[in-house]
Amino acid sequence: MPAAPLHAESVDPRARTVLDSSAIGRIIDRIAHEIIERAGDEHLPELTLLGIPTRGGPLADRLAQRIAVFTEGGTGLVPVGTVDITLYRDDLRSRGVRPLSATRIPDGGIDGRHVVLVDDVLYSGRTVRAALDALREVGRPRVVQLAVLIDRGHRELPIRADYVGKNLPTSAREQVRVRLTEIDGTDEVVVR
Amino acid sequence: MKRHLLSAADLDLGDATLILDTAAQIDAALAGREVKKLPTLRGRTVVNLFFEDSTRTRISFELAAKRLSADVINFAAKGSSVSKGESLKDTALTLEAMGADAIVCRHSASGAPHRLAEWVQGSVINAGDGTHEHPTQALLDAYTIRRRLGRLDGVRVTIVGDVLHSRVARSNVLLLDTLGAQITLVAPPTLLPVGIGSWPVEVSYDLDAVLAKADVVMMLRVQQERMNASYFPSAREYSRRYGLDARRMAVLPEDAIVMHPGPMNRGMEIAAEVADSVRSTIVEQVSNGLSVRMAVLYLLLGGDSK
Repeated sequence: MPAAPLHAESVDPRARTVLDSSAIGRIIDRIAHEIIERAGDEHLPELTLLGIPTRGGPLADRLAQRIAVFTEGGTGLVPVGTVDITLYRDDLRSRGVRPLSATRIPDGGIDGRHVVLVDDVLYSGRTVRAALDALREVGRPRVVQLAVLIDRGHRELPIRADYVGKNLPTSAREQVRVRLTEIDGTDEVVVR
Repeated sequence: MKRHLLSAADLDLGDATLILDTAAQIDAALAGREVKKLPTLRGRTVVNLFFEDSTRTRISFELAAKRLSADVINFAAKGSSVSKGESLKDTALTLEAMGADAIVCRHSASGAPHRLAEWVQGSVINAGDGTHEHPTQALLDAYTIRRRLGRLDGVRVTIVGDVLHSRVARSNVLLLDTLGAQITLVAPPTLLPVGIGSWPVEVSYDLDAVLAKADVVMMLRVQQERMNASYFPSAREYSRRYGLDARRMAVLPEDAIVMHPGPMNRGMEIAAEVADSVRSTIVEQVSNGLSVRMAVLYLLLGGDSK
């Protein structure tokens, strides 16, 4: 198979790559360090990472791996899961139904845990609101924090991220496309 | 997906797989949760319009709608204006005027939900019409098979009993064929419909001959209320030739499962020891029905219904 179709979009003259694979790797490392630092020795054992599908899932997996490396496995493996928010969306009526993604809550649940929600792009904040609603039904974490790879602004709700990979001022007309190896075969963030 | 779910034939492979996948995700999302409730259909109204008796289907639809936070109105023909002579159309238009977004309809006349779908704006879901179809039963059966055996493509399904009067059999044949299963129907010749030759199935009159090659045996209820024309000489003879007892169950391949849509006549088409065995999925089918109906309601009603 020629690689041409994969790169067709990046040939688009308006598209520009804002993060490449190594930049994404460095961001994951930094956020992992920040999570460890903010949780502290006291709460590190309570850490649970929950990715928001689709691309929050692999990001949460990567963060968990790096946290395990940086703490030299001292805290054991960090529980990782996913929480699908489709059934909690407030725009189903206007934008139609869509297929659901997997929800995997780690064994032991989230009661009393230090939960970090992980998503690729923070935009209106509605996805995060839906995720908070979903979490409320699952249990009662001690703390919920939010980690995102890209914060592109244009919030419609009073929501902010605790860990931001990159602040990316955009216009509402632009599209921010995050690609991850696990899903898209390559690591990059493109704006077009 | 179409706006209504009237027939299992409305579903192509993509639609059917989407419904089964959605049901599985809903199952996973609610597993182990104390509050099994989702806000997805808040503000929507689902009417259960039941002209025929039903326990599990009506309760299952009611619970499915409630778990998705829809408002549910249960309408039973008994005790309503239908007994004063109101027609199906007028009843439906009345319900729609009250703001029903979906009508779940069971009727003793084959085709009633199809007529209903022509009159109302909302979605119509067929919950069993006469001897015609019962698509959500077929979906929950397919879902049960996929959960137990891990696949549907190439699975050998044997459906045994009163195919002639069975809407469950009809919908299952249509859906399971779409999903790639190989279907064998077993029944006395009097209980097979005319034109069976055009169905995508094999037909046998001899249960013992096919059991060894069945991954799934689906027993149909002998519908005593429709047994008014001497379809077979006696209940005992039917039971001996077409009933599933422990001896016959022992012939089945090792992982084979036994299904029954309920309500069952223990001792008639299925022996009690078979119904209560580990191969039996009868109770699972009921709980799977809930997930599948939630998936159907979500996919039909979640978006803009207009």
